[in-house]
Amino acid sequence: MDFPSFYLDHLAGGRLIIGLIASLHVLINHPLAVGAYPLLTWMEWWAHKNNRPDVDHLAYRITFVVFIVTTTVGAMTGVGIWLSTSLFAPFAIGSLLRVFFWGWFLEWLVFISEVALILWWFLSWKKADKPEKKRKHIKIGVALSIMSWLTMALIVAVLGFMMKPGEWNQTRAFWDAMTNPLYLPQLGFRTFFAVMTGAVFLWFSSFFFTKKKGALNPDPRRLREWIIYRLSHVVLISLLGTYAFGTWYWNAVPETMKANSSVALLTQEFMSWHRQFQTLLGWTLIAFLMVGVGGLDRSSMIPRWALLIPTVLSIWLIGHFERAREFMRKPWVIGEYMYSNGVHKDELAFLQSEGLLKHATYVKHREITESNKVECGQDIFMLACSRCHSTTGLNGVIEKLTAMYGPDKPWDSAGMQLFIKGMHQTRTFMPPFPGTDAEAGALVAYLQQLRTHPQTLPGAQSAGIVIAPEALKPSKIADSQPTL
Amino acid sequence: MPALIATIPIPRDLPLPLPVPEWLLVVCLVVFFLVHILFVNLMVGGSVFVVVAEWMGLKNKRWDALAHEIAQTVTVNKSLAVVMGIGPLLCINLLYTIQWYSANALTGHAWLLIIPLVIVAFLLTYLHKYTWDTWAKGRKKTLHQAIGITAMLLFFFIPVIFLANVNLMLFPSEWEKVRGFFSSLCIGNVLPRYLHFMAASIAMTGLFLAGYFGRKNADISHLDDFTCPELRRLFYKVCAYVTLGQFALGPLVLFTLPSDGITTQVYVIIFSGAAVGLLTLWLLFGELRRDDTRIGSRYWPIAALFSIVVFGMGSGRHVYREAALAGHKAAIKNRTERYAAALADFNKNLAAAPAPAGQSAEQLFMNCAVCHAPNVKLVGPPLTEIAQIYAGNPEGIVTWAKAPGKKRPELPQMPPFNHLGEASLRKIAELMLEKGATSK
Repeated sequence: MDFPSFYLDHLAGGRLIIGLIASLHVLINHPLAVGAYPLLTWMEWWAHKNNRPDVDHLAYRITFVVFIVTTTVGAMTGVGIWLSTSLFAPFAIGSLLRVFFWGWFLEWLVFISEVALILWWFLSWKKADKPEKKRKHIKIGVALSIMSWLTMALIVAVLGFMMKPGEWNQTRAFWDAMTNPLYLPQLGFRTFFAVMTGAVFLWFSSFFFTKKKGALNPDPRRLREWIIYRLSHVVLISLLGTYAFGTWYWNAVPETMKANSSVALLTQEFMSWHRQFQTLLGWTLIAFLMVGVGGLDRSSMIPRWALLIPTVLSIWLIGHFERAREFMRKPWVIGEYMYSNGVHKDELAFLQSEGLLKHATYVKHREITESNKVECGQDIFMLACSRCHSTTGLNGVIEKLTAMYGPDKPWDSAGMQLFIKGMHQTRTFMPPFPGTDAEAGALVAYLQQLRTHPQTLPGAQSAGIVIAPEALKPSKIADSQPTL
Repeated sequence: MPALIATIPIPRDLPLPLPVPEWLLVVCLVVFFLVHILFVNLMVGGSVFVVVAEWMGLKNKRWDALAHEIAQTVTVNKSLAVVMGIGPLLCINLLYTIQWYSANALTGHAWLLIIPLVIVAFLLTYLHKYTWDTWAKGRKKTLHQAIGITAMLLFFFIPVIFLANVNLMLFPSEWEKVRGFFSSLCIGNVLPRYLHFMAASIAMTGLFLAGYFGRKNADISHLDDFTCPELRRLFYKVCAYVTLGQFALGPLVLFTLPSDGITTQVYVIIFSGAAVGLLTLWLLFGELRRDDTRIGSRYWPIAALFSIVVFGMGSGRHVYREAALAGHKAAIKNRTERYAAALADFNKNLAAAPAPAGQSAEQLFMNCAVCHAPNVKLVGPPLTEIAQIYAGNPEGIVTWAKAPGKKRPELPQMPPFNHLGEASLRKIAELMLEKGATSK
């Protein structure tokens, strides 16, 4: 209501973009940072201990790839989550920053050290030419591994306490999040998942770096067999961890859902995701198991493309996991405090009685008349619906309503208005309609027009803003304006 | 003049207090921002030096080697620029929530483009750096140079997006005119600020490289034809002459600033900064006159003075921002408070009103009426049909409503209504049967 509405109509308002950026970030962070750093450090240490420059050089070459990807796409997608959320849900990110400031600040400090350490570690690798220098260099790798795990542990806590309903304003909100029954299984699951996928990534990249003989790589076949044999162990062990924590998570979810959500439909919807999670987890682990067992003994039998199967499955698994986790929050963006369209819980009744148009900043009209009804409805759509729905594109309102009312007969406006007012009872993942009856009527008028004349709704980034004068007595306007 | 009044948006602030005292956030914003912008300067300026030196290297190889050496610093500084940018972003989000996010939304397409553009620019700088020795001749060298130039151009453009935002947030009265990113560039004084920033990038990188190549343990053995003092002199020179130019660009920025935030205090701070700048420049030119053995002995005093200048400019800019937005902030505060008061009043009356004695069956039925009409099929079957199926069996309706299945392939599945509670569902069921029996 108080921010110009950035809006990408065809992409369900634009949430999809946050989702894509965030998923890409997780897909880089887990295997390439959290998983790969400790494995590469271990390779460096092993090479130093057993005097195997070929292993050291292989670790260095893989680190090069990790270094490039994490310091470009990895880092920028992390920042990108924030930049995109600032556009799509400024009310939410703005509130979250005020509420969970210290969590984020702490995470920033850890992130600075992570970036400094990866730069230091990679760029000083070849300069560590003496044993004592090498030992120090390995320690940098250890510190980096710890820091990169810590950023994940902190962020998972931040995510956790965003979801924890209603308790953040009590003093120990951050610890609440950490003691959330899902925190430990989730963190454990992510940790082992990261190591498991990290190992497969190392394995996959080693195919490319063990093709040719070189000064530092006198026997590429021996090197490849060595790395595959070791990495199979890592895959199998972390697979056990992923399975154990995944199951713990799976068992902890129903309890937490019962405690967090009194709403049957939400639970029902979530539980179907939850069952899919179990199936996906099963298949993913089987794929990793086969690769891992194959690598133990007959490493030459595992062709390069075979590694892509567990990789694709694990991308699917983690994507599903993140979506389900996000879904649990609905209809809230901050549990029991703010709905996903930015309306606060405590202002809902007020707005339902006084109206959205009266109190919003960027609307064309304050009063609904017969002639401006559709325009008012459009503004109301932008304020109340546009954070999740597009008009005619992805997750479009017209598509949803067509599923309910049918494509071939006219829709009953009175029925639609009634539905909008009671929508949160039947679609419990949706927030209650935050306006008056007249505003629901205007919204229906807009939707009816949209049905007959489908038209893309432009956001403030291209159409700009319109500001109707505040509905105030003239004398009050004078002293509320800045003197410019 | 109502027409004028209508053009200044006065939104409400978020109804949450700042997590830390405001003065602390201001200090953090100014300091963290300067650290961030320093690395951005070194990244942008560095990419220019690399491109120029590589081009000069076509005639004389020694410049090529120097360009390669500078390229090594760019990739490090770019990572630090990103990570050090998060702190000031955190602070500006908190201190200027309304103005900042509004500017982001109004320039939204460009704002979102920052992510892919920075990623591409970073990948290109790596590609440029790591193909230096392999793409060294003929066409490949041309391609190599083209990559460097593309990365540099991206580094030239990305700051414009940020600048457009920090500029636009200062002038809420202009927001209504904005139609996308490019139109936002016409507001305030984006161009002079941009030139000022670019000159600072060159000057700061010059100073940085003078120190980098002049440091005690600098290994320049692979830069055959250069000596330490020579490099130091070269980069000092760049820094000195560009900084001299800033004495033209600086006033240009100051005098093109919209008058909104110009106060005596801003002038005092900026001119004191400029005075220290003059002193710095005098020291810098003094250094240039020294011979090879002594050049660079005043490096740290010069760097310290530069920090003071930059800190002065950063503070001046904050004071301007505060003054320019003072009226807007006050109006926002006013509106936020009025809204909070009205809301509190409303909620007090709501709480004081006698609690509604449980919803009547009719009211509860509203949840169902959305889909079930008396005798036409709306979304679900009509009441007449329901009454036939469940005649004398309201409990059957309750059981169904708690966990509905899917019986009719042509209709969407009914959502469960467990949350209404057993008693309410029973009331509804009875009413439904009654209504279904009577409506024909």
